[in-house]
Amino acid sequence: MVLGGFLGATLVRLAPGFGVDEEELDSRLNQESIVALRQSNAGNGSVASFYLNYCGKLLRGDLGVSRSLHQPVRQLLAERFPETLKSVGLGLILGWTAGLVLAMAAVMSRTSFVDLAGGLLASGLLCIPAAVLALLFVIVQAPGRLVIGLIVFPKIFHYARNLLAHSASLPHVLTARAKGLGGCRVLLWHILPVAAPQLFALAGVSVSLAFAAAIPVEVLCDLPGMGQLAWQAAMGRDLVLLVNLTMMVTLITVVANSAAEMATAPLGAGEA
Amino acid sequence: MKWVRVAAIVFLVAVAAACLLADFVVPASYAQQFRDLPDAAPSSQHLLGTDDLGRDRFSRLLYGTRVSLLLAPAAALLSSLLAALIGGAAGFVGGWLESCVMAATDLFLSLPWLFLLITVRAFLPLNVSPVASVVITFALLGCLGWAAAARVICADARTLCGSDVILLARASGCGGFRLLWRHIVPNLKPVLYAQFWISVPVFILTEANLGILGLGVAEPLPSWGSLLRELESFSAFSAQPWQFVPLLLLVVTISCFHLALRKQEFWA
Repeated sequence: MVLGGFLGATLVRLAPGFGVDEEELDSRLNQESIVALRQSNAGNGSVASFYLNYCGKLLRGDLGVSRSLHQPVRQLLAERFPETLKSVGLGLILGWTAGLVLAMAAVMSRTSFVDLAGGLLASGLLCIPAAVLALLFVIVQAPGRLVIGLIVFPKIFHYARNLLAHSASLPHVLTARAKGLGGCRVLLWHILPVAAPQLFALAGVSVSLAFAAAIPVEVLCDLPGMGQLAWQAAMGRDLVLLVNLTMMVTLITVVANSAAEMATAPLGAGEA
Repeated sequence: MKWVRVAAIVFLVAVAAACLLADFVVPASYAQQFRDLPDAAPSSQHLLGTDDLGRDRFSRLLYGTRVSLLLAPAAALLSSLLAALIGGAAGFVGGWLESCVMAATDLFLSLPWLFLLITVRAFLPLNVSPVASVVITFALLGCLGWAAAARVICADARTLCGSDVILLARASGCGGFRLLWRHIVPNLKPVLYAQFWISVPVFILTEANLGILGLGVAEPLPSWGSLLRELESFSAFSAQPWQFVPLLLLVVTISCFHLALRKQEFWA
């Protein structure tokens, strides 16, 4: 997580144009004000000094003050995180429900219609940028949060469908079917348990996917979440805010992937 | 479904040819303004009408497609080369180098792709010439898009290093650079091609996302991102359905890329 934040800070600090403050170009400021501005930014002079300062403050629970929004970063994150959590949570629930249900229907159905329809829908959604979907939702005045679900859905459907189809073709499943076990029982007792470890791993990845989709969705649908905050920080070249956001997003991704691994471990042990 | 794949490739070639020959096809330059005809409906003179600045939409579509279709493969080539270099070296050398490269790859992949791009793009100069903005956008995609491909290539190179072919080559006295150049790189080519073709539609979509957010190619040079940004001004009251033509072309082109790739490559 710390390395993630450091990577963000390094990329940002090494990018050309960093350190140029637009406020310095304000003709109303006198020389003393410009010197004061430069001194206030002196702590960010190099990656090492910035990061040392940052870590020192972090240990005291101080996340710093946003340069572009002039508010404490802790307060900004506390205000924006619940909004993003709501958007991402709803998107994940929607994407997973639609993707998994359609994938199960595609594998269990005797006709290829569900498979074809689901495949076409997922492939179509994969071809549309998240930002365009968000714009279309703005045009039709639909809730923007649903867009995250539409971004997550195709990945879930394709991977889950392939995993379930592979599990369904295993010899013990074919034997169970041949012995006359019902479709529902075969799915719950024989197909899903085999595919579960990979599905849990996919759950971890989908969290990162949903957070990435939250950026254009929140910007274009005017949802005041962390995606919009990241956008504002990027446009305002706000290093302090960006590093904290990078840390937070990395933390969420790491926690999601670790949770997926922990959930997979007992299943793997059971199989062994 | 071989015919579907062939049809997709034919469509992509046709679109690429139309874009390359845009200078001979379009009625006006992408930046030329017809100030007496802003927001005009399609006509024989302007096949897709004009935008709010009076610029011919058909010209902008062809030039925008040219920018996206030519530079996304260039960015994909850059990222594939970086991935081959980093992942190939890590898989070939193994040990601490592989551990370090895999840790760096994990670090890159732990950050959502769009978040990383927006962060770095915003810190590059924003008020630049259109040509510079194109170079910055696609160079950024190429430089930051190597991580996932490097992981695949590293795993393949590691497997290859343990294969009978390489063991035999080593036993015959072939080693170092010669082994890498004559035996490992040629065997990694299929994976590299697959990674390259997978990256192209991803980069086209990412450029579109960046363009809509205002961090892509700068005006007046068109790209799919800047063309789709026009949808922001779409209103049901002054409905101009031809504004959706760039979106339609984008969706069909990306679908053709997906169809042209073999199924195994696409979901690898």
